[in-house]
Amino acid sequence: MNIYVLLKRTFDTEEKISVANGAISDDGAEYIINPYDEYAVEEAINIRDEHGGEVTVVTIGEEDAEKQLRTALAMGADKAVLINTEDDLEEGDQFTTVKILEAFFEDKEVDIILGGNVAIDEASGQVGPRLAERLDMPCVTTITDIKIDGTTVSIERDVEGDVEKVETSLPLLVTCQQGLNEPRYPSLPGIMKAKKKPLDELEIDDLDLDEDEVEPKTKTTEVFLPPEKEAGKVLEGEVDEQVKELVSLLKTEAKVL
Amino acid sequence: MSKKVLVIGESREGALRNVTFEAIAAANIVSDGGEVVGVLCGDGDLSQMGQEMVYHGAARVITISNPELKTYTSDGYSQAVYQVIQDESPEGIIMGHTAIGKDLTPKLASKLESGLISDATELVVDGGNVVFTRPIYSGKAFEKKEITDGLVFATIRPNNIPALNRDDSLAGSVSEKEVEISNIRTIIKDVLRKSSDGVDLSEAKVIVAGGRGVKSSEGFEPLEKLAEVLGGTVGASRGACDAGYCDYSLQIGQTGKVVTPDLYIACGISGAIQHLAGMSNSKIIVAINKDPEANIFNVADYGIVGDLFDVVPKLIEQIKEIKVNA
Repeated sequence: MNIYVLLKRTFDTEEKISVANGAISDDGAEYIINPYDEYAVEEAINIRDEHGGEVTVVTIGEEDAEKQLRTALAMGADKAVLINTEDDLEEGDQFTTVKILEAFFEDKEVDIILGGNVAIDEASGQVGPRLAERLDMPCVTTITDIKIDGTTVSIERDVEGDVEKVETSLPLLVTCQQGLNEPRYPSLPGIMKAKKKPLDELEIDDLDLDEDEVEPKTKTTEVFLPPEKEAGKVLEGEVDEQVKELVSLLKTEAKVL
Repeated sequence: MSKKVLVIGESREGALRNVTFEAIAAANIVSDGGEVVGVLCGDGDLSQMGQEMVYHGAARVITISNPELKTYTSDGYSQAVYQVIQDESPEGIIMGHTAIGKDLTPKLASKLESGLISDATELVVDGGNVVFTRPIYSGKAFEKKEITDGLVFATIRPNNIPALNRDDSLAGSVSEKEVEISNIRTIIKDVLRKSSDGVDLSEAKVIVAGGRGVKSSEGFEPLEKLAEVLGGTVGASRGACDAGYCDYSLQIGQTGKVVTPDLYIACGISGAIQHLAGMSNSKIIVAINKDPEANIFNVADYGIVGDLFDVVPKLIEQIKEIKVNA
């Protein structure tokens, strides 16, 4: 099977966010594979181990994203592709990303594409469903279980806490939700092997795309931090009194009861 | 510049979701005096729900009833709504940022080759441009975003943009449209309802959340009772989910759900940065924790230092009392 994973490099969830010159400051930030994409990498490896084939991990970004691709290779993916837009694109949005991915997949034989259901940074959740539409594939979002039998695929997906059982067929695009699996840590031999695995680097020229064709449809005009939440009142006295005071404050001051 | 704006309505178990009314209010802002047109897909008689959309501010509503639209599928709904878009040529489209909204709108935007601003919490018209505010990094920061080319297409986060008051003197037509639906590639075999009360975390007005301090799945019982008397629902921190006390679908945080209820009561939650990202924009936060140094107290409006198993039952009694007296 030809298995592809869409991967995004994101800030570590531990990072505090600060703004400098109208943008999120990446000064000294630690990066990780977007946690939802990690589920996609893990599931792709499991699918390959069961059905055979090859896992290719694809990312769009800068040179530095090689580190996250190597991590995916160390987990067990076979090949990686970095579509480096550092020199060509100043701005992009989900339209841009999908235009590039569509061009990338144009000449590929694909059985399944897996991605995260959302990235923890920009959190649009658009790329998976948008790409499936361009590639004319069925798309199932927020999956928590997948079984493949021939070309028939049985999926469980999370719909606001309910479980929906879906049947569909390959070729297919899915986006992964927490609960799908427990992503493995790269092993030491895995890390050694990953250094020798193929990692191709492409630019948008190589995909026959012009900058005009990938021009974003949206723009960010301002980035700001929410007002710092001030620590409130820690109540005092016996528990009974505290509870009474709390209920009275919720009713009269906060007006939420 | 006034615009014609389409609102994609959404129902759950035979009733419109509140976010549909919020989407109409948002569409009203985007339209800047233009026409707000509702569209609603489903099976059976949808005219009553269409009428409700009119009472909440839609100038007219198009309903599409088809057995293939009984349950949501991306293929079915996108075909139906796409045909309405073709007929109406709207200049804006607004929908709730719900499970269905997240699945349907990117597919439509891709078909239309348009931009899409997801999960907006605020919007204003500024000199002819619509400026949307949306959280990024799970609410650790915000961005203002505009569509630069063509259709103003956005989803709005539930609970943030107030709906207009229901006014049953408002008149507007509710018309039915026939649509051909074919080639549905995903078949829904079954739906297991886990959310008992039908209130999704993202739409809940009150959330009572438990962390590691809850200690076991039985430990969630008092939290469920508290949520019940407050008309809310239960959530959890990653710690509680990882420990197996509850289902991952309840997880609130940077991975998991981002919520903004009117009242958030954190019980036995220490307040890791990832959890705070998911809930710190709640309107009122109450923290109950044994550890006076717990980070959660730094974002709480009101804090009680104490054992949740002692505090929560007393809280339930007090609230019951004031509800009786009210």
